[in-house]
Amino acid sequence: MADVKQKFVGRSVLRLEDRPLLTGAGRFAADTSFPGQMHMRVVRSAHAHARLVAVRTADAAALPGVHAIWTAADVAYIPPIDFRLTKLVGLEPYRQRALATDRLRYVGEPVAAVFADTSYVAEDAAELVQVDVEELAPVLDALQVPQEFAAGLGTEAAVIRKGFGDVDAAFRNAHTLVELDLAVGRHSGVPMETRGLIARHDDVRDVLELYGAAKVPHWNRAQIARMLGRPLESVQLYEGHVGGGFGVRGELYPEDLLVCAAALKFARPVKWIEDRREHLLATNHSRQQRHRIRAAVDAAGRILAIDDEFFTDQGAYLRTHAATVTDLTAAMLPGPYHVPAYRAVGHVRLTNKTPCGTYRAPGRYEGTFIRERLVDAIATRMGIDPIELRRRNLIAPTQIPYRRTLDTLGTDIELDSGDYAGLLDKTLAHLDWPALQRRLAERRAAGQLVGAGLVMFVEKTGLGPRDLARVSVNGDGAVEVVTGAASVGQGVETVIAQICADALGVDYAGIRVVHGQTDRIEFGMGAFASRVTVMTGEATRIAAAKVRAKAVEAAAELMQALADRLDVIDGRVVRTDAPEGSSMTLGEIARRLAASPDGGLCAEGWFQTDHMNYPYGVHAAVVAVDRDTGGIAVERYLVAFDLGKAVNPMLVEGQLVGGVLQGLGGALYEEFRYDERGEPLSVTFADYLLPTAREAPPVDVLICEDAPSPLNPLGLKGAGEGGASAVGAAIATAIDAALDMPGAVSELPVTPQRLREMLRMKQTPPSS
Amino acid sequence: MSGKRDIVLSVNGRDYKIQVEPRRTLVDAIREDCGLTGTHIGCEHGVCGACTVLVDGAAVRSCLMFAVQADKKTIRTVEGLAAGDELSVLQRAFMEHHGLQCGFCTPGFLMLITGVLEREPDIGDEELIDVLASNLCRCTGYQNIIKAVRAAVQERRAK
Repeated sequence: MADVKQKFVGRSVLRLEDRPLLTGAGRFAADTSFPGQMHMRVVRSAHAHARLVAVRTADAAALPGVHAIWTAADVAYIPPIDFRLTKLVGLEPYRQRALATDRLRYVGEPVAAVFADTSYVAEDAAELVQVDVEELAPVLDALQVPQEFAAGLGTEAAVIRKGFGDVDAAFRNAHTLVELDLAVGRHSGVPMETRGLIARHDDVRDVLELYGAAKVPHWNRAQIARMLGRPLESVQLYEGHVGGGFGVRGELYPEDLLVCAAALKFARPVKWIEDRREHLLATNHSRQQRHRIRAAVDAAGRILAIDDEFFTDQGAYLRTHAATVTDLTAAMLPGPYHVPAYRAVGHVRLTNKTPCGTYRAPGRYEGTFIRERLVDAIATRMGIDPIELRRRNLIAPTQIPYRRTLDTLGTDIELDSGDYAGLLDKTLAHLDWPALQRRLAERRAAGQLVGAGLVMFVEKTGLGPRDLARVSVNGDGAVEVVTGAASVGQGVETVIAQICADALGVDYAGIRVVHGQTDRIEFGMGAFASRVTVMTGEATRIAAAKVRAKAVEAAAELMQALADRLDVIDGRVVRTDAPEGSSMTLGEIARRLAASPDGGLCAEGWFQTDHMNYPYGVHAAVVAVDRDTGGIAVERYLVAFDLGKAVNPMLVEGQLVGGVLQGLGGALYEEFRYDERGEPLSVTFADYLLPTAREAPPVDVLICEDAPSPLNPLGLKGAGEGGASAVGAAIATAIDAALDMPGAVSELPVTPQRLREMLRMKQTPPSS
Repeated sequence: MSGKRDIVLSVNGRDYKIQVEPRRTLVDAIREDCGLTGTHIGCEHGVCGACTVLVDGAAVRSCLMFAVQADKKTIRTVEGLAAGDELSVLQRAFMEHHGLQCGFCTPGFLMLITGVLEREPDIGDEELIDVLASNLCRCTGYQNIIKAVRAAVQERRAK
């Protein structure tokens, strides 16, 4: 067989997704409606912590157009929402139910659900539902002594312990100890499309259909079927267009169960569209952690041990991610450095705030900030240039594959490929770092508060254990790839089509890529952990290569040619020894094979892997601080990222730049704040500040392919999260430099208020 | 709630005779009563701009306007930008410069910029950024939106 020619993989071809999205023909959750549908409105707790005494619904129920109002008793048969990842024994009592039963644990917790003919009436009625409570003291700080969650249960749900080596001995024998207290604020994905769901029961087929699925449709399908006591085959989920995911959208939430249960109960379609205030109260928050970390180093600044105790402010319940973020933080914190001894103790603490889940680069955004702050502090203490100090501690290419005695997400951590110092060199050359530093020093000398910071990180992508794709060619020559992936707007269709096109020998533009439809394929793991390009991509490649082989084999017989003299080019099987000679289209072959026992010109591909793979990168930022306002302008930003192989560099760059801005939001602007009673203060876009085009720095992207993953034939690693991971760390380092105050930034986000506090400290240093 | 009013919304050159409660927002009327779901709802408090449409040529947050206020006014939405299969200069620029990912904010940006470029074809670069800063995007980091808009500005000027 001739080599498969790479014609589309590696090229920045235009996206297949764009036309409907540009013309208003997209189908997002709210765009789907069914005749006779009801609208659901959720009545939410106004109290951070209270005993639920009574829910009075009579006034609301009397409103014309209101069909029903549910409270906890109506959904008591629905079990709590289970964990999808990092399920630890003993966490079950912390799961959330569809509606609160006897205790309210955060502002925004669903208490009742109103079903009405229109969304306007549903909202009117919801305001008439009265919730009687006895207020309880809220827990608002994960560091405070754990309180009672429920009878006999504390608010410390779990303690994650990871580590290796003799940490205590390393600290006893260290040349220098460095200790820091650092915090990352509470922020989250906040996609532009809020959540939205439409459930209906098709009586004819006895199928419960849920539209508005995202991220993990197959897992959610199985859960909904189990929780509502239905056979799996009688529940189907459908993903339409998804207006951004970032980890928070598409997890199984209380509202998913409410709309499904109501569609079954009332025999009418039920639609629920979250409003923005609800989104900021109800959809997963993320990130909030406080770390007390210390390092033992030798005389040359080499790290001997890291010891980290940290507290995750988990919010009111453990949702589908259970202890995932804490686990990932502990597992990924050592990053690109050789750390001989390591101990992480992560406390999963419940508070009376919105429950948390994963958000783009979960655990790595936090851990990278913590670790790189620590590395900078070591450099300062030892009087060593921070880049030189990093170089001394980096894992060398000769040490890779590098096994860490740590595990996460059911996999052992083994850094599969990489040349960290090599990427550092490339980045410094690209930036002309010495010249940049000279220019900044001149500006500082002239009185400006400007500075640059550079940090390093390791990402993890391509989570297995397996994925499935089916590729088929019909009699018209049309190619379809059916996957169990999900699309949250990142360009899945284009990337999968590119991979299929090369493996099969067709143009990518005509390939139909199906995702997020549980009735089209029985297995799917969806879109998280930067897994789709790697896992679904490889499954697609395997399936497409099988189809190609099948076509060539059939054509060899039909064309009376040797199979090894045939190639598939632009959808035709041609003779390589006589290019002008006879040829057959894939459509013709598909017609000939239509009656074959194995189902025609089609094949399925499974891709399996036991390990994740580990792309890595460098972020660098140049910031300027306004002395008067405390405002921070990011003048320049660079992401250097090695992901083995970029299927579509334009899309990779798009992912990285978009990730940078989200990371920047968490570093400077975005924060879910609460008052002393647990009342959320960030419930509109006027309080929760997403970066705009005005705040967006020019982002320079250096995509590198020096370290293909040995774990898959194309060498792929994922691109979804590397843009976000290190932004908090890079901005912190750059601000330190701008203020000429090493270690000034100990907490994210660095709001103007916090920055002005640092400036005051600079002018009047605390007496020692 | 008072009764429904008869109004006419002229959207993309077509008249929609509809009945709406006075409190019905323009965006709900466009989406639900006219069936044009290309205009999206992102925040319902006038910050994100996903619902931006042109009313008598001016960019408007259709979540902050009541449908009755748009009675007999000329409204343009994203569905009216392309001429048949032919994308507008701006739509094509968004595609060529990867100015969209999930596409949810895209209609709002397209209408915002279309309106601005019609009124101020010679708008300066810095003012353009200020205009773009009135809508929110969560996927792209704005870089490619800015590139796409600059390309469209150039192309329109060259014509």
